[in-house]
Amino acid sequence: MPYNLKEVVANKPSRFTSGHRMCAGCGAPPAARMIMRALKPEDHAVIAGATGCMEVSTFIYPYTSWTDSFIHTAFECAAATLSGAEAAYQSLKKQGKIDNTTKFIAFGGDGGTYDIGIQSLSGAMERGHDMVYVCYDNGAYMNTGIQRSSATPKFADTTTSPAGKVIPGKMQSRKDLTKIMIGHHLPYVAQTIGYMNFKDLYEKSEKAIYTQGPAFLNVLTPCPRGWGYPTDTLMQINKLAVETCYWPLYEVIDGKYKINYKPAKKLPIEEFLKPQKRFRHMFLPGNEWMIEEFQKEVDSRWQELLNLEEITNKE
Amino acid sequence: MSIRERLSGNEAAAIAMKQINPDVVAAFPITPSTEIPQYFSTFVANGSVDTEFVAVESEHSAMSACIGAEAAGSRAMTATSANGLSLMWEMIYIASSLRLPIVLSLVNRAVSGPLNIHNDHSDAMGVRDSGWIMLFSENNQEVYDNLIMAHKIAENKDVKLPLMVCQDGFITSHSIENIELEEDEKVKKFVGKYKPEHYLLNQQEPISVGPLDLQAYLFEHKVQQANAMKNAKKVILEVAKNFELMTGRKYGLFEEYKLDDAEVAIVCMNSTAGTTKYVVDALREKGIKAGLLKIRVYRPFPSEEVAKALSHLKAIAVLDKSDSLNGAGGALFEDVTSAMYVEKKYVPTVNYVYGIGGRDTKADDIKNVYEDLLEIAKSGKVVNTYRYFGVRKEAQD
Repeated sequence: MPYNLKEVVANKPSRFTSGHRMCAGCGAPPAARMIMRALKPEDHAVIAGATGCMEVSTFIYPYTSWTDSFIHTAFECAAATLSGAEAAYQSLKKQGKIDNTTKFIAFGGDGGTYDIGIQSLSGAMERGHDMVYVCYDNGAYMNTGIQRSSATPKFADTTTSPAGKVIPGKMQSRKDLTKIMIGHHLPYVAQTIGYMNFKDLYEKSEKAIYTQGPAFLNVLTPCPRGWGYPTDTLMQINKLAVETCYWPLYEVIDGKYKINYKPAKKLPIEEFLKPQKRFRHMFLPGNEWMIEEFQKEVDSRWQELLNLEEITNKE
Repeated sequence: MSIRERLSGNEAAAIAMKQINPDVVAAFPITPSTEIPQYFSTFVANGSVDTEFVAVESEHSAMSACIGAEAAGSRAMTATSANGLSLMWEMIYIASSLRLPIVLSLVNRAVSGPLNIHNDHSDAMGVRDSGWIMLFSENNQEVYDNLIMAHKIAENKDVKLPLMVCQDGFITSHSIENIELEEDEKVKKFVGKYKPEHYLLNQQEPISVGPLDLQAYLFEHKVQQANAMKNAKKVILEVAKNFELMTGRKYGLFEEYKLDDAEVAIVCMNSTAGTTKYVVDALREKGIKAGLLKIRVYRPFPSEEVAKALSHLKAIAVLDKSDSLNGAGGALFEDVTSAMYVEKKYVPTVNYVYGIGGRDTKADDIKNVYEDLLEIAKSGKVVNTYRYFGVRKEAQD
């Protein structure tokens, strides 16, 4: 359906309000605001937050940034908590005790999603609750002070994978959670970011929210403190993540891959790595191998994605 | 008219849940409580309840889902045992702090390790300070009755706390006994409809639940929780009175069995009370003034009432089916002795840790305890307050 994104932003009131305490230059709040904007104005929403930056910065008693209903319980169980709320909705609706339309959205960081919360996420998605789980992936446990997670890219300098004299940062590759969720055979899985006026993010949010059944969105949300970039360059970092194919924009609908953006000229990974302090040591003389290895991994993952798109769309 | 039946403790719990007809049940199987969600999912599959059954992937998620469901504005129930409750532990505290009247059927079993699937009370004792109301049940009838009363207590506006109904794994959960059930309609009317004041699904009044609650507020919120627990005592008695009107079965904070004129008494919980009653009767026939105080309401702990009921005795034995491993004695022992001290009542009191990991508790074991008490009553002297029975002697050396 044709629509005008500018009008959407101008006319749909923000359901995630200002006044929260997220950092300047953080990728998460603009993403959350846009996702919430994808809700139809007449629909009610129940939002669940895993413990993490977003939760502790948006709901500090007695204030909240959420104009819809919101629930936070613990770190690892936003999906399970929300699945209970969704089950209550199904039950009360069936019994004729409520008549509104309510949508269910969970937000968890990569700590609460890739790591401590993966069991509860997997369970809720497998059970088929009509809900969207949004991972705002900033690639480390930022809330507790930048500790490595399974989403942290290889070689990144974090406080528990410091770039030292012997070990040059995180030695393991990044877990591919989006693929793990695709393996759940969900009706809708997508990877997105706030880029190109947030059009991709908005459209995927709408699809995720209004697809019947469980949906998963993985949104890359840079962190100025953990990644080490000036706060006013957030949009540039987002752009480089996509243009280098570090973070491809794609969606999987009923098993069919669709890459939503293929850069005409794929930028070298240095462009993405260079502005970030967490990769600074990779640019020291003698460490060229690290950049080469990083590039190799980005290339192979991108190629794999191109292959998957081709295979799954064959008649 | 009540319905006469023969049911196991787990069946009694499942039948009570069916009659309560909660909106959501989220549960994960664990011995010996597994049968409860099993029976219940059959009710769901056959359409005899309106419940959404959420077959979660862990007990942590079971309690998380119950919290989500209850906060959303529905009645949520679950069942578990031992390590299941341990895995829930984090969420158990959160459920009570959010003041959500979730009802849990706890079939008591030893918490690992090492692994053991049989009865003791170490699971329940691990959550005794979590802000849940805890009711203990001697037999299947009490399991059923306590569950029918549970929501009326938990959902009361002066309480709003989660509640667990405990029973002994295998000993009552898998033993078939006679039971009196109430008719579905009567139970439905007794339990009533759940009308929460504030809930997530209310589009007219969206709410935020579970904030970051810092130094300026958490303390006050905790005191409110503590007050709710204090209020629960009165509400439990009111609900028991109404329950008696419906069924003729009388419940209090605890049961006093031949305690009035007793000189020596045992304090215990759950099925051991049944064995103890049998021994008390036998001793009474010999002219020995033995009595029993069976705790029903463990949280809130009825300190004042317990102290008063025990104050006339010459010797007391408190039986703990869980060892606190604190070098001082079991949890119930500490609760009872603290109550006595605060109320300025002194009676020589000893503690027996017993029945760990399903070790059989025989009538002879209980008889020996009374004999020890008679000795203490005679001499007035207590040597070693922290004792065991039913354990191999060499283990104690």
